Amino acid sequence: MNLDDIRKKKKTRIKKRFIFRTSILAILVAAIIFALVTNLTKDKTIYRVGDHAPDFRLEQINKYHQLETIQLSDTHGKGVMLNFWATYCEPCEKEMPYMEKLYADYQEKGIEILAVNLGEAKLTVDRFIDKHQLTFPVLHDRKGQVTDLYKIGPMPTTYFIDPEGKIVEKVEGALTLDRLEGYFMEILPKDYEVSSK
Amino acid sequence: MGKLKCECGHFNPTGTILCEACGKPIEGNQHLDGNDKKKLLNMRYDGSARRSITHNQSIIDKIWRFFSSVKVGVWLIVIALVASALGTIFPQEMYIPPNAPSRDPAIYYEAQYGILGKIYYQLGLHNVYSSWWYMLILALLGVSLVICSIDRFVPLYRALKMQKPKRHESFISRQRFYSKTDHISDEEIQQVVKRLQAKKYKIKSEDGHYFAEKGRFSRWGPYVNHIGLIIILLAALLRQTSFMYLDEYVWVREGELTVIPGTKNEFFIENKQFIIETYDENDERFKEALERTGGEVVKNYQTDVVIYRAKDSVVDSDTTLEKVVEGEIRMNHPLKFASYTLYQSGFQSNEFTSMSFKLYEINDADEQAIDVFTVDLMDPLPEYELDNGFRVELDQYFPDYILDDEGPRSETMYPRNPAFVFKVFPPDQEKPEISFLSIGQNIDATGENNYKLGLVDFNTHYVSGLTVRRDYTLPLFGLGAAIFMIGVIQGMYWQHRRVWLHRKGESLLLAAHTNKNWFGLKKDITEAIEDTKINMVIDQEELN
Repeated sequence: MNLDDIRKKKKTRIKKRFIFRTSILAILVAAIIFALVTNLTKDKTIYRVGDHAPDFRLEQINKYHQLETIQLSDTHGKGVMLNFWATYCEPCEKEMPYMEKLYADYQEKGIEILAVNLGEAKLTVDRFIDKHQLTFPVLHDRKGQVTDLYKIGPMPTTYFIDPEGKIVEKVEGALTLDRLEGYFMEILPKDYEVSSK
Repeated sequence: MGKLKCECGHFNPTGTILCEACGKPIEGNQHLDGNDKKKLLNMRYDGSARRSITHNQSIIDKIWRFFSSVKVGVWLIVIALVASALGTIFPQEMYIPPNAPSRDPAIYYEAQYGILGKIYYQLGLHNVYSSWWYMLILALLGVSLVICSIDRFVPLYRALKMQKPKRHESFISRQRFYSKTDHISDEEIQQVVKRLQAKKYKIKSEDGHYFAEKGRFSRWGPYVNHIGLIIILLAALLRQTSFMYLDEYVWVREGELTVIPGTKNEFFIENKQFIIETYDENDERFKEALERTGGEVVKNYQTDVVIYRAKDSVVDSDTTLEKVVEGEIRMNHPLKFASYTLYQSGFQSNEFTSMSFKLYEINDADEQAIDVFTVDLMDPLPEYELDNGFRVELDQYFPDYILDDEGPRSETMYPRNPAFVFKVFPPDQEKPEISFLSIGQNIDATGENNYKLGLVDFNTHYVSGLTVRRDYTLPLFGLGAAIFMIGVIQGMYWQHRRVWLHRKGESLLLAAHTNKNWFGLKKDITEAIEDTKINMVIDQEELN
């Protein structure tokens, strides 16, 4: 073996070792980051802002609204406020009048409100609708399907979904009239024709 | 600096302490294992070049070198140990008793344990095992484990593979077991070799030098053991993904059909009934024990369930459900379906299913019922038509009634404390009479009512709490633990024994080394050199 050969060999060996060590360290660092991130983000939500809102179909129980079932994908082209609520939840009750107030104006501009009730007795929901004279669709999640689908924690939780079906905002807690209108502006369709239902 | 060429002709990697082939101590490197100050050679890793010790060029090499240090590893273990111990001084946040005056950790620790509790909380020790730094220490320990193993296993493997039967004299004479005997015949050496062979030693020879070795694989024990640990760490890592490990909880009422959380709306559960059985007090076998405990002892908690699968892929309240399985879930007898397992984990017995009321005249001393009607508390009707032209309207229903500043309301949607506002329409009256009923209350709002409602009967139901679990990581934990044990056994119950018979002219230099159980090695040699003139080896360590 002459000196040049030895030098060459050594060089490739060092290079190989560098690649080997770098890749091992990279794998380990990736594993650590994965472990820390998954552990520290205890949030179980699967659908976040920017994701496509998963589709569902639920029974509609507001007797002041004509549809019997509503599928989320049917509202394509409209901005959707997807609200999860219950009659016994005080902050939910506080924001309901605002929703009703804005619904009258924004329905024509292409905004739909879907208020998903967490599966209470229908009578309770009926009385609540009467009390607040709600006209937007109220969906009845009797088997907890959509609540589980969206992994709803505290109430009220509201998703604002744009006309393409993308989640634009997720809000936990009650909304004021101003904030609600602000979110409506974010999901307002640009060229919505009134004739299209 | 290139490779180091030994006088035996072997090229050793830089940093080698003892020549891989002949074992001659390499000049200039002896301080690395502390050989320069001692007569005996340090045989750790057979004097091979721990790669980290020698190269310190790029940042990668520096990081590698840091983690390859056993010292660093030991410190990480010590820190992890101390942190784990600190976490046990006071209960962790999740174990704050439910009946504590305040379960808020900011208040609880100080209230319960004084200033120490406050410090404990402020240092974040109330949640130590899920804190980022604790997990980081464990992760770094894993890194240290991997790198230490690689850094030692590779050169050790190389050194043991390269070793030649012919060793350098200084290697032989500086072994712990050593003896020198003059005037030994080849026949005697052959005899010793044969005896060693009979003891399952593997023999190699070169130029009249013999080398006997057995149990080399025990040297790999620690590395096998580390592979097991790494698999366990890997399993712990995979447990963080919802695909590999799922842990959900579902409350399901008797008669209720609900989606099973975590199954992506695919599976549904129906609670047919929930059963609590207690030990029979009149049974002779249990009588004494039951008297001692002074009360009822539960024998069985059981939920009879039906599992359904949704046929449609879209989440739909009217989805068609097909039955998957029907069965019982009892303590320690979970129900398995698809990849999920359901465990009986809890129950609630504080809910009403239905209540029956009778309508009677206030003036009637016998409280003779005009009619009786039953309200389904999970799904009450708005109106009840009664006999004799009476009609009762359920104006307000509070399933879980409380009275707060703003009046009556419900705390939850579950009928735990139902309250009602009834409007009674007698046939001969225009205006309804209003009655408020709750448990223990029956209020006539106006004080002018002619008719009264009274509770006559009620039904209750149980709510069963079930844990939903999917765990694909358990087999991986098992595998890791098994490999761990194999490694321990491999390293503990076998020893790597080596005997060198070194010819030096007419003389024989006899040396031996083992990684443990020197007594056993001594016995092997004693039996092998029996009836020969070869001197028994001397333990040179004892001489010092």
